[in-house]
Amino acid sequence: MNTTKIKVVLAGNPNSGKSTLFNALTGLRQKVGNYPGITVEKKTGSCSLDDNIKADITDTPGAYSLYPKSIDEKVAQEVIFNKKDKDYPEVTVVVADATNLRRAIFLITQIIDLKMKVVLALNMVDLSLKQGIIIEVRKLSEALNIPVIAINARKQEGIENLKKAIVKANTQEYTHTFFNVKTLFKDIIEQTNLLRNSDNDYGSFLTLCLQDINKDIKLANLSKKYQFIPSRAQAQETIRRYKIIDGVVESCSTEIKVAGNRSFTKWLDDILIHPICGYFIFLGVLFLIFQAIFSWSAYPMDLIDGWFTNLSIWVAATLPTGVFNDLIVKGVLAGLGGIIIFVPQIAFLFAFIAFLEDTGYMARIGFITDKILRGFGLNGRSIIPLLSGAACAIPAIMSARTITSWKERMITIMVTPLMSCSARLPVYTLIIAMIIPAEQSWGPFNLQGLVMMAFYLLGFLAALGTAFILKFILKAQQKGFYIMEMPSYKMPDWRTVIYTIVEKVKVFLFDAGKVIIAISIILWFLSSYAPGNKFEQIEKKWVGKENAEANISSEKLEASYAGMIGKSIEPAIKPLGFDWKIGIALITSFAAREVFVGTMSTIYSVGDNSNIQSIRERLESVQNPDTGKAFFTTAVGISLMLFYAFAMQCMSTLAIVRRETNSWKWPIIQFLYMGGLAYLSSFIAYQILN
Amino acid sequence: MQKLSDITIGKEYIVKSINDDELAQKLLEMGCTPGEKIIVERKAPFDDPIAIIVSGFMLSIRKQDAEKIIVKKS
Repeated sequence: MNTTKIKVVLAGNPNSGKSTLFNALTGLRQKVGNYPGITVEKKTGSCSLDDNIKADITDTPGAYSLYPKSIDEKVAQEVIFNKKDKDYPEVTVVVADATNLRRAIFLITQIIDLKMKVVLALNMVDLSLKQGIIIEVRKLSEALNIPVIAINARKQEGIENLKKAIVKANTQEYTHTFFNVKTLFKDIIEQTNLLRNSDNDYGSFLTLCLQDINKDIKLANLSKKYQFIPSRAQAQETIRRYKIIDGVVESCSTEIKVAGNRSFTKWLDDILIHPICGYFIFLGVLFLIFQAIFSWSAYPMDLIDGWFTNLSIWVAATLPTGVFNDLIVKGVLAGLGGIIIFVPQIAFLFAFIAFLEDTGYMARIGFITDKILRGFGLNGRSIIPLLSGAACAIPAIMSARTITSWKERMITIMVTPLMSCSARLPVYTLIIAMIIPAEQSWGPFNLQGLVMMAFYLLGFLAALGTAFILKFILKAQQKGFYIMEMPSYKMPDWRTVIYTIVEKVKVFLFDAGKVIIAISIILWFLSSYAPGNKFEQIEKKWVGKENAEANISSEKLEASYAGMIGKSIEPAIKPLGFDWKIGIALITSFAAREVFVGTMSTIYSVGDNSNIQSIRERLESVQNPDTGKAFFTTAVGISLMLFYAFAMQCMSTLAIVRRETNSWKWPIIQFLYMGGLAYLSSFIAYQILN
Repeated sequence: MQKLSDITIGKEYIVKSINDDELAQKLLEMGCTPGEKIIVERKAPFDDPIAIIVSGFMLSIRKQDAEKIIVKKS
């Protein structure tokens, strides 16, 4: 039997449950990518509508209308409005939040007026009933002249009906008009229709509203002739459209006063955004997150560590000895272990972020922090990129797209990489574990956890300080409004939380992981080979002498390619307390910070042929050749952590910044100022502490 | 007639006009149209931003923008 494929686009207001429906439809058959040229996240997936028809489903960013205000909304508008767009749908499914029907209908009727095939998925009917809003689905369907399907995306109810409706909609013609825009702008629309060679009135109206005066002279002339000012016309059209919508809403829904309507959200807001209480709760939440990623994740991490140690021993013993054995154990497995061990921390962090977003608390954090952040040239929306920056700067910088003001968005992008991301965690974890005893505590708090928190705070303060300076350097391009919806509190959808975790872990394992494995192998090569016959000479020199093996390996490493590179930069980093081995790690870390740990483990395990130890124990036993004491002193540790806190050691972040700002200028500035800050602070700290 | 930024918390008002084209576009499409009921639900510390309920949902808006929204008693 032949199967046909149709393109379906999901559209809807922010917080309408669009992503939940997307997950319900596609399950794990989804891909996360970027729209070409820009970095708005693009989610696509597939689903079977019936036995013969499959659908390619594209999720779009939440939007209130087809008049884009931000780049995010621009994407949604492009996909729906631009027939040449490769995702231009056969059927558009608009997800509507039943508790916000009036606003949802606005976007739907705009799409109807473009003569597109639309299905309305009415979500959260149970919530609207609780609030005393009764919606008559059939009447609504008749009034809008489109199929309306009641669904519950979270409980996955109504999904089959929705699929049937999509199939049916695809076979029908949509010619109905909800609001005839010609009643407002008859002449200019007719002229534009002629120009566009189209009879789609609303399409012509949108073309006029979205025109680029500099690019399309014909449209500009028309606008001049008919005194058409896009912003005014949009406002007029919006008001008229809402008048008709008000009639529809009134005829299709009844609202009865229900005791306790909104009262739960109100009650919770009294506590969570209380002028004093609110901040303490916010700090408490932050503290909980840091304890979780540091203390709780220690258990699964120890398990993973154990597995890899055993696996390495087993592989080393099973495979025939030689170059291949060496490559697998010390190149591949060492690198792989160094990646997988951090999955628990990333999972915990994104679980928290997804939870905060989904419950509605994230918007409240923005509400109580906007005034403070504004002083630093940021806004309440910056708190989400900044906090996500504590996980990974890459999605964080991408999430800065929701900031409509150019200046505030730029500042957010520039300072977000100063937040301590999860890639710094491995570096911090390793060094803190070496320089601070695990048993030590300060009151009820574990001292290691406190130092970790101090470094997170340091990153946050550095971000704020830099933002404050940038506030005076950058010039605003246009007015920015801080208008953010504060959704009613709801229980988090656990599926959404889990999908977020899976998605982020996947990105980390496969995107960052590839780089890490590749670098691990390159490093293994660099540290296992030397120019000419230097290795042979070293071996000859130590033949028959005492303690030959250990000396041979250490001299070999020094002679290797890696050693040569590390040594060449040693003079520059010696004032920071670093030796050439750390020098090698610093260089490889420019691919990604977490490579530091893998590099250290590779370098030191190559230097020690006899056994595979856990990397921390190995590093603790390293001695300083000048003093004969432990090399990793508090001064070296703090200096190293400061360097990692501030330096821009992440190629992926630089690439994202380039794409987001559409120029090399910003990532270069970012690289230089962060590098300068790192060198200076490490220098000062080491010189004082040593 | 009063500015939205000046009205008391919890009292019901009606949107009269918005004195800024860009801001108006943004608020209009969300359903904050002239004639809609509007209530200041609460204010953040330092009275800024403010949370308003309009057309059945809650929005957070800065004081400087609220000053451009003109309301009248319902």
